[in-house]
Amino acid sequence: MKYAYYPGCSLECNSAAYDHSVRAVADLLGIELREIDDWNCCGATEYFTQDELAACAVIARNLALVDPQLDQVVAPCAACYLNLRKVDHLMQENPELESKVNQCLAAGKLHYDPGRVRVRHLLDLIYSDFGEATLRDKVVQPLTGLRVACYYGCQIVRPFHGTDNPEQPTKLDEVFSWLGAEVVDFPVKAHCCGGHMTQISEPQAFEMIRRLLANAEEYKADVIVTMCPMCQLNLDAYQARVNGFFHTDYKIPIIFFTQLLGVAFGLDWKKLGFGKEIVPAEPVLRRKLTAVAAA
Amino acid sequence: MVGHTLELRGSPFLQEIIREVPGGERIVHCLQCGTCGGSCPNGADMEYTPRTILAMITANQRDKVLKANTMWFCVSCYSCVSRCPQKIPITDIMYGLKRISIREKAYQETDAPALAKTFTDLLDKYGRSFELGLASRYYLFNRPLAMLKMGPMGLSMFTRGRMSLTPTRIRNVDQLQAIIRKARELGGVS
Repeated sequence: MKYAYYPGCSLECNSAAYDHSVRAVADLLGIELREIDDWNCCGATEYFTQDELAACAVIARNLALVDPQLDQVVAPCAACYLNLRKVDHLMQENPELESKVNQCLAAGKLHYDPGRVRVRHLLDLIYSDFGEATLRDKVVQPLTGLRVACYYGCQIVRPFHGTDNPEQPTKLDEVFSWLGAEVVDFPVKAHCCGGHMTQISEPQAFEMIRRLLANAEEYKADVIVTMCPMCQLNLDAYQARVNGFFHTDYKIPIIFFTQLLGVAFGLDWKKLGFGKEIVPAEPVLRRKLTAVAAA
Repeated sequence: MVGHTLELRGSPFLQEIIREVPGGERIVHCLQCGTCGGSCPNGADMEYTPRTILAMITANQRDKVLKANTMWFCVSCYSCVSRCPQKIPITDIMYGLKRISIREKAYQETDAPALAKTFTDLLDKYGRSFELGLASRYYLFNRPLAMLKMGPMGLSMFTRGRMSLTPTRIRNVDQLQAIIRKARELGGVS
């Protein structure tokens, strides 16, 4: 199957591990991802704060650039995924907005018919289009004995008919249990990591991050898997600052779900981007997985 | 439409929000149930909860709303939107309040407008976000002391190849800029 691919800015550098592991896993499953030519930033949450119409037009340019032969686009980043779906939805619901966005696009000799492109998340593809039997069949390294907290965050599951239940999503939990992992309860799995709050007000941001780390530790998770670059960055890169702020000692590795899928499928760890995370993940994963293999 | 909702629509501030936010007219259906505030991860730090803000919009309390910290504590997690029994686009209303507050410089004690401006200026220029440029400009001009605390983290990101020193520029940046210029010229969604 061929899909357009919208990596988004985070996946270019700060979350390159996500991009590498998405491409590696897709390749193994026979999913062909064709990067949208000359895509631009989705504006995250910042463009809607400045200018609604420009925000929509900037996002719609990417939808307009999807190869006419393709009708689905895969967007791994939560903000990109939400923004693409949001603008497609707003344009379908609101003819005046649709007309204005297309007037903007026309200034760049582009046009987008809302509804033409279906925005998908890789989790949804893997879960719905491949399913349990296919995924189990690909397992080379079962994740047996590894305690995994599945963290969905906010923008992928809400609110524009997203990829899973907005309150208690389960698809990621199911996928990892198929691969042999011990998926732990993680009641805050669809709570927000704080997004850009770290840049605005640290006490609020750190408290939001602390709640997630505390919950994962309470349920004795070895690792948190995430689907979003912002969640990964906040929980991983700010973990030391959060520890300093609350006098705690969390050392929980935060990795992308595609990295752990890749491990189960026996892909090369370097190619999956391991080593880029700040709280090291490899020692814990190798210890847990070899302990089981030896037993 | 029944009589009392027509009366509610009489608030000039409500009319302004309806023009500013797609779906904003749903405010008239607010039941004041408080699910939004109870669902908000930052509700406890807000001067007025989202429920109160919706009532204040209907009551035309424009100045108080625009000076409130409420919208600046909204992190766009859409919890309130997915739970609202009346399908009010609360997150988009918060975005609308941010925009009006920025246009009128009504906001107080928040660096969020500076962060948004720095981010979108870089997007307009290159077509992609540029984290190092964003962090250095934003911190230098707004939070120079906090920059020191960010140092070690920035360094560990850099040594792991997670921070680029140079921006990526898209090929058709002129096309993107023409689209953005047109949006500014049309001046809003309605």
